[in-house]
Amino acid sequence: MQHVSPVREPLVTGGKSYHDVTQDVCRQVEAAPNVRWMAALSVALFFLGIFLYSVYRTLWYGIGEWGLNKTVGWAWDITNFVWWVGIGHAGTLISAVLLLFRQKWRSSINRAAEAMTIFAVICAAMFPVLHMGRPWLAFYVFPLQNTLGSLWANFNSPLLWDVFAISTYFTVSLVFWYTGLVPDFATIRDRAKGPIAKVAYSLLSMGWTGSAKHWSRYETVSLILAGVSTPLVLSVHTIVSMDFATSVVPGWHTTIFPPYFVAGAIFSGFAMVLTLMLITRVVFKLEDYITMEHIALMNKIMMITGSIVGVAYITEFFIAWYSQVEFEQYAFINRATGPYWWAYASMMTCNVITPQLVWIRKVRYSIPLTFILSIIVNIGMWFERFVIIVTSLHRDYLPSSWVMFSPSIIDIGIYVGTLGLFFTLFLLFAKFFPVINMAEVKTVLKYTVDNGPTYTGHDPHHDLIHKPTTHGVPATAPVNYNKHD
Amino acid sequence: MQESPKYWKGIEELESSPEFVKGAFSEFADFLPVKESHGSSDAAVAPRRDFLKLMGFGIAAATLASCEAPVRKAIPYLNKPEEVDPGIANFYASTYFTGTDYNSVLVKTREGRPIKLEGNPESPITRGGLSARAQASVLNLYDKGRLQHFAIKGKKAATDQVDQEIRTKLAGVTGRIAIVSPTIISPSTKKVIAEFASRYPNTEHVMYDANSQSALLRANGGVLPSYDFSKAAVIVSLGADFLGTWLSPVEFAKQYIVNRKVSSEKKTMSRHFQFETALTLTGSNADVRVPVKPSEMGATALALYNAIVGGGAAGSAQLKKAATELKAAGGRGLVVSGSNDVAVQTLVAAINQAIGSTAVDLASPSMVRQGDDARLLRLVNDMNAGSVGVVIFYHANPAYDHPLADKVKSGIAKVPLSISFNDRLDETGSLCYYACPDHNFLESWNDFEPKRGFLSLSQPTISPLFATRQAQDSLLTWAGNPQSYYNYLRASWRGVLGGDFQAAWDKAVHDGVAVGTLSPAPVAQTAPAMSADQAVAAINSAPKSSGVELALYEKVGVGVGNYEGNNPWLQELPDPVSKATWGNYVAVPRAMAVKNSWEQGDVLKVTANGKSIELPVLIQPGQANDTVSIAIGYGREMAGKVGDKVGANAYPLAVVRDNGIVYTNTVTLEKTGAQSPIAQTQTHHTIMDRKPVVQESTLAQYIKDPKEVTEYEKISTPDGLEKPNKVSLWQDYEYKNHHWGMVIDLNSCIGCGSCVIGCQVENNVAVVGKQEVINRREMHWMRIDRYYSSDASKEDFEEKGKLATYAAMEDPSENPSVIFQPMLCQHCNHAPCETVCPVLATTHSSEGLNQMTYNRCVGTRYCANNCPYKVRRFNWFSYYSNDKFEDVNGHMFTDLGRMVLNPDVTVRARGVMEKCSFCVQRIQLGKLEAKKQKRRPKDGEVVTACAQSCPTQAIVFGDMRDPESQISKIMRREDGERGFHVLDAINVQPNITYLTKIRNTETEVRNA
Repeated sequence: MQHVSPVREPLVTGGKSYHDVTQDVCRQVEAAPNVRWMAALSVALFFLGIFLYSVYRTLWYGIGEWGLNKTVGWAWDITNFVWWVGIGHAGTLISAVLLLFRQKWRSSINRAAEAMTIFAVICAAMFPVLHMGRPWLAFYVFPLQNTLGSLWANFNSPLLWDVFAISTYFTVSLVFWYTGLVPDFATIRDRAKGPIAKVAYSLLSMGWTGSAKHWSRYETVSLILAGVSTPLVLSVHTIVSMDFATSVVPGWHTTIFPPYFVAGAIFSGFAMVLTLMLITRVVFKLEDYITMEHIALMNKIMMITGSIVGVAYITEFFIAWYSQVEFEQYAFINRATGPYWWAYASMMTCNVITPQLVWIRKVRYSIPLTFILSIIVNIGMWFERFVIIVTSLHRDYLPSSWVMFSPSIIDIGIYVGTLGLFFTLFLLFAKFFPVINMAEVKTVLKYTVDNGPTYTGHDPHHDLIHKPTTHGVPATAPVNYNKHD
Repeated sequence: MQESPKYWKGIEELESSPEFVKGAFSEFADFLPVKESHGSSDAAVAPRRDFLKLMGFGIAAATLASCEAPVRKAIPYLNKPEEVDPGIANFYASTYFTGTDYNSVLVKTREGRPIKLEGNPESPITRGGLSARAQASVLNLYDKGRLQHFAIKGKKAATDQVDQEIRTKLAGVTGRIAIVSPTIISPSTKKVIAEFASRYPNTEHVMYDANSQSALLRANGGVLPSYDFSKAAVIVSLGADFLGTWLSPVEFAKQYIVNRKVSSEKKTMSRHFQFETALTLTGSNADVRVPVKPSEMGATALALYNAIVGGGAAGSAQLKKAATELKAAGGRGLVVSGSNDVAVQTLVAAINQAIGSTAVDLASPSMVRQGDDARLLRLVNDMNAGSVGVVIFYHANPAYDHPLADKVKSGIAKVPLSISFNDRLDETGSLCYYACPDHNFLESWNDFEPKRGFLSLSQPTISPLFATRQAQDSLLTWAGNPQSYYNYLRASWRGVLGGDFQAAWDKAVHDGVAVGTLSPAPVAQTAPAMSADQAVAAINSAPKSSGVELALYEKVGVGVGNYEGNNPWLQELPDPVSKATWGNYVAVPRAMAVKNSWEQGDVLKVTANGKSIELPVLIQPGQANDTVSIAIGYGREMAGKVGDKVGANAYPLAVVRDNGIVYTNTVTLEKTGAQSPIAQTQTHHTIMDRKPVVQESTLAQYIKDPKEVTEYEKISTPDGLEKPNKVSLWQDYEYKNHHWGMVIDLNSCIGCGSCVIGCQVENNVAVVGKQEVINRREMHWMRIDRYYSSDASKEDFEEKGKLATYAAMEDPSENPSVIFQPMLCQHCNHAPCETVCPVLATTHSSEGLNQMTYNRCVGTRYCANNCPYKVRRFNWFSYYSNDKFEDVNGHMFTDLGRMVLNPDVTVRARGVMEKCSFCVQRIQLGKLEAKKQKRRPKDGEVVTACAQSCPTQAIVFGDMRDPESQISKIMRREDGERGFHVLDAINVQPNITYLTKIRNTETEVRNA
C-alpha cells in the first residue's frame, strides 16, 4: 500500500468535479470549430499542399529532384525519418513506461502524446517509402511469397529490421491509443446531439457501455499493451540507430548508437509534447489539466535525456581518439571543424547547453521559456541527425569522392510538408477526439485522502488498476450519468 | 441411295422460321438490347443483366487494351547475311584517324551495327591500345547532328543535281582551286586528290592542323620524326604532352610504359623530366616536373642545348640534372618538345642529334602531322583577295579552329564555288554553297599510312546511314573517274601486296594492318628551316615577355574540338588532371588567384590580340607562376546540340605569325563579377595522407628492399599483429570454379581516361550533362581518382597540431606530384553493400562478383552509402526519357542513337543503383565460348572493357583460381611487395589488388 502524502500537489487544479472534466474535454468536440482552429488548420493544409506537390515532383521525376549526390545518398530524407520517429517516442514512453511506473501525472497528457506518436510515425513512415528510387516496388521489402521462391528479403539488412520495427511500433501505438479512446468516445456518443456525430461516435466507441466487465478488459488490455509497448520504446530507436551502427562509414559505425539514439528520441519527443501541449492547453483552455507541474516534470525528463545525449556526443569523440583509427578520428574532427561545423555547433548548443537551463526552477516553471526551449531542442535534434548522416557521408574514406551536400527546394518542401501533414492530423484529432483522457483524469482528481471530488474509501493508485472491478463506485461513473444531464 | 441423316442444332433450325433464317447468316446473335432500351426502360428486355454484360465486356476490353505491350519493331532477315548471327558480335579491323591521333581498331558489330571500338592487337603501332577519343568515336556515327544528305546553301538537294552543278562550275572555273584539309595520312586519298588536281590543274591541296606542329616539321626538314620512347632511358619533354595529346599518344604511351613498369625482376625505370606551363597528363607522370613560362621555353631549350652541345652550364638544378643524365644516357636519351617555335624545335633536334638518340627515327617518319600554317595563311589571304575560284573543305573547319576565323569566313564569302565535305553544317560547312557530307569512317573504305612503311585499312562496318557519299568518291566523280573509291583503293594497293593479291588483300582487311608503303616516293628531306646557330640567335634575341602569359593546350577528351565537339561521352570525360568536364576554363596558379582574390568559378575576361573571351577560373596546382592556360576545342557554335556553347573558343587568342601559329600569348585578365561553376567530378584534390588508400614509394627504396615500399595495415589480435583478414565475422565464400579478380598497376596507369570511355561504351552508361556533374551525379562506373601531393603530412601533427595540419593537408602543393588511381567496384568478398540491401538486389556470385540485380533494386541507396570506395551510381532520373537529358544523352532517346547501345547490357531504369559488373556479359561470353569447345576459358580470353582499352596494360583481369593465369602470377610475385588492397583494414576483402606506385625521383617521397 502506498502512502499518500497530505501535502502532495494536486495533479488537476481548479477543484474540478467529474462533471467539469467531461464538460471541459467534450466542449471543443461538441462546439463549432473556432476561428483560431480554422486558421491553424488552413496553415497546416497549406503546408500539406506543399508536401503533396513535393511528393509529386519526387515520384514523377525521380529522387534527382532532391539535393543528394553520388556520395551523400541520404540526407534530409533519413534525417527527417529519424527525427519524426524520435519525436514519437515520448508518446509511447508516457503511455506505456509511465503507466507501468505508476506516474499518475501522465493521465492528462497521454492521449495527446500518443496521438502525436501516431502522427509522427505516419510522417516518419513517409520517408523510407519516398526515399526509395522505385517506391512502387516498396513491397519488395516484405518477405512475401513469390513465384520464384528464391527471392526473399535480406534479414541481414537493418533496413529490413526498420520495416518490422516501425510497422510494429505503429500498430501497437495505434491499438493502445484507440483502446484508451474507447471509453471517452462512449462519453461523447452519449452526449452527442447530431445524427452524424451519434453514428460516428457509436461506431468509434464499439458498443462500450461502461460495464464492470468492459472496465476490467480495458484495464487488462491497457496493461498488456503497456507491457508490449515498453520494449518498443527501446527497440525502435535502437533498430533505427543500427541503420548507421552496422555500416562501415566512419561516424556511423559506432556501438554507442542504440542507447544514444533512444535517449535522443525521448529527448526530442518530450520537447515536441511540450510544444504541442503548451499550445493545446491555451487554445482549448485546459490549463487546469495540463498544469505547471506537468510542464516542470517534462522539462526535467528533457534535461535528463539531454544530458545523456550530451555525454554520448562526448563519448563518441573519446572513442574516436581512443580507437586510434585514422578515418574515425578524421570523421569527428571534420564534424566539429569541417565545412559543416555550423551544423555541429547548432546541435551542441541546442541539445547540450540549452537543456541545462532547466536546472533553474524559474525556467522550468516558465511557459514562454519552456516553449522556446522545446522548439530549440527540436531544432537541435534535427541537426543531430543531419550531422550524423551528412557530415559522416560527405567525407568518408576516399578523398576523391568528398562532396558537399545542399538541399533542393523539394527537400525543403517535403520536410515542411510533413510538418503540415502532422499538424493537419493533430488539429483534426484535437477537434474531433477528446484530447485528454477523461476516464483516467477522473481517477486522479482525488489527490490526497482529504481532498478530491469524492472519497471512494481506497487508495487512488489501486484504483488505477482495479478500479471498476471489485471496488465500489467506479471513478468513471459520471460517464454514464452524463446521459441524463 | 441412302438419305443422309439430318442434324439440327436447335428447334429453331428445325423449324426454319424466317427470323431464324435471317439471323443464321449474321456472325453474332443480334440480341443485345441496346436498341430496345432506347424507349422506356421498363420496356427493355432484361436491361439490368444486359447492362452488366455490357459493362463487363467494356471493362474487360478497356483492361485488355490498356495492358497491350508497346509494339516493338523486330524485322526478321529475309535473307540472312552469312556472317551475321543475332546475338553474336562480329569484329572487323579498321582504323580511326581524324586528323589527330591514329588508332588501329577492331569494330565490334552486333546485328550489323557498330557498337564499340576495341584496340587492334595486330597493329605494330598502337598494339591493342585505344585512346578515349577513338573509343568514343563510334557515337559520332549515330550523331543526329550529322548532315544526312547533300545540300545547296543548307537546303536538301539531290546528289545528282549537286554533282551536275559542281561539274559544270568546275569546268568553267577561273582562279585557283583549293582543297583544305587537316592532315591526311591516306595515300590513296592523296592519290585521288592528285587525280583531281590533274583533271583541274590549278588545284592546290592545303593541309593544316588545328593544333599545329609545323615547327617540328620545319625544324626537321619537312619530316616528322617518329619517336620510340621505349628506347629512351632518359626523357626530357619541353612541353610535349606526349601521353595525352601530342602526335600519337597511344603509341607513345605503349612505348613509354615499357621502361616504367617495375617488378622484383626488373628494378629499373626510365627517368622523365618535364618542363611545361600547364600541368598536363604527361607532366603528372613525370619524375621531375618543372613549371616553366611559355616565354622561358626557348631559354630552357637553349640552356639544355648549351649544357649538352656547347658545354655551358645549364640554368636551374633540375635543368642541370636533366642535362647530366641526358649526356650520360647518350643514345638512350630523348628530348621532345611540343612547342610550335622553329628555334626551339631546331635546338631539340640538335640535342637529339648530339647525344645520338636512338629513339628518334627520321628514316621512317611519322605522317600524323603534315599541316603547314604558312600555306593556309597564304590561302586565306588569297581567298580574301579574290584569287581563289573554288575552295573545298575536306573535314576542315578553319572558320572555327583557326585563329583568324573571321578572315576565313570573309574569304569563303568571296570564293565563287565553295564545297564542304564536313559531316555536318558546321562553322565552315554552313558557309559553303554546297555541302557534300562524307561518310563516317565506320561507313568507309580507306587506307592509312601513319608512319612510313606501316599501312592500315578501314572498312565499312555498316551501310551508310544517310544519303552521304564518301569524299573520295565525290572527288573521283567530279574528276570524271567512274571508278568507285573501293576499286581505286584496291588498285593502288596492288603495288604493295605482292603475290596472290586477293589473299593478301583479304589478310590486310582482316588484320586491318599491313607492312609496306604507299607514299609516292621517299619523303623528300629538305634542309631544316634554320641551323642550330640561327636558332640560338633567335632565342637570344626573342623579346622578354612581361605580364601574364597564356598557354593554349589541347584536352585529352575533345582535342581540337572538331570531330569530338559534339560527342557527349568526350565532353563528360573528366580532364585527367583537373577532373573538369563540359567546357574549358582559365587554369591559374594559386598564387595568382590569391593575389587577385579570385575564387574558383569566378568568370574572367581574357583579352589578347584585341579579342576577349569569358571563362571561369580554375585554380590549378602546378601551373607556372604568372601564366594561365586555356584549352582549345571548346566554344563551338555549330557542332550540334551537345557541343554548342560549351565553354569558349580560345583559338582566336593564339598568335599568328607568317611562319606559323604560336599557341602562347600575353593576356590581360579581368574579373567580370559573374560566376560560372566548373563541373568537376572531383573537388577534393589531396589524399589527406591516407596511406591505406593509395601508396607510393621511390625507385631507390624499391631497389633497396621491395618489401619496404608498401605499408600493410595490421590489426591487433590476441596472437599479436595480424593481417586484417585473419579476423572476420563473416563466413568466407567458396569459389569452386572461377574467382575473377583484377590487378591495377599504379606505376603503369598514366591516367589517360581511355578505360573510362571504354567502360561507358561497353556498359551503356548514361551521360548526365554539366548541371548534373555539378550536382555530383555523374554515372561513370569507372573513374580515375587523381590526387595531388600536399606540403603537409601527418608528421606535422605534433608540431602544428591536428586541426591545423588537417586543414593544411587539404591544400595541394604549388607544384604537386600527382598520382592516378583507377577506381571501380572492388567486388569485395565481404562486401558491405551486400549485407545492407533490404531486398537482396546486390549479391555475391559463386565466381566472386558483386552483382547488381536491377529488377530487384528498390533504390534505398544504402549500399552506396556503405560503399567505402563510393563506386555505386544511382539513377537519379530517367536518363533515357527525361527531357532534361535529351540533348546530352540523345543517343538513348532515338532509334538512331539507340543503335550504339550494347544489347547485352540493360539500360538502367530510374531509381535503381548501378555499378561496375566486371563486364559480366564478357565473362559469360568467354565461358560460353569455352564451354562450346568443351574446355576451360583460357587466360586472357575474358577481358573487361577497361582492361582491353588500357594502352599501358595497367589493368590485368583474370581468374585468380587459375594458378597459371597472369593475374595469379602477378599477385604471387607482388604479395608483400607492391600488392595492396585499398582500405585493407576494414576487411572488406576486395578482389582488386593495386600495385604501389614507384617514382624515379631522387628525393624520397612522402611515405618512403
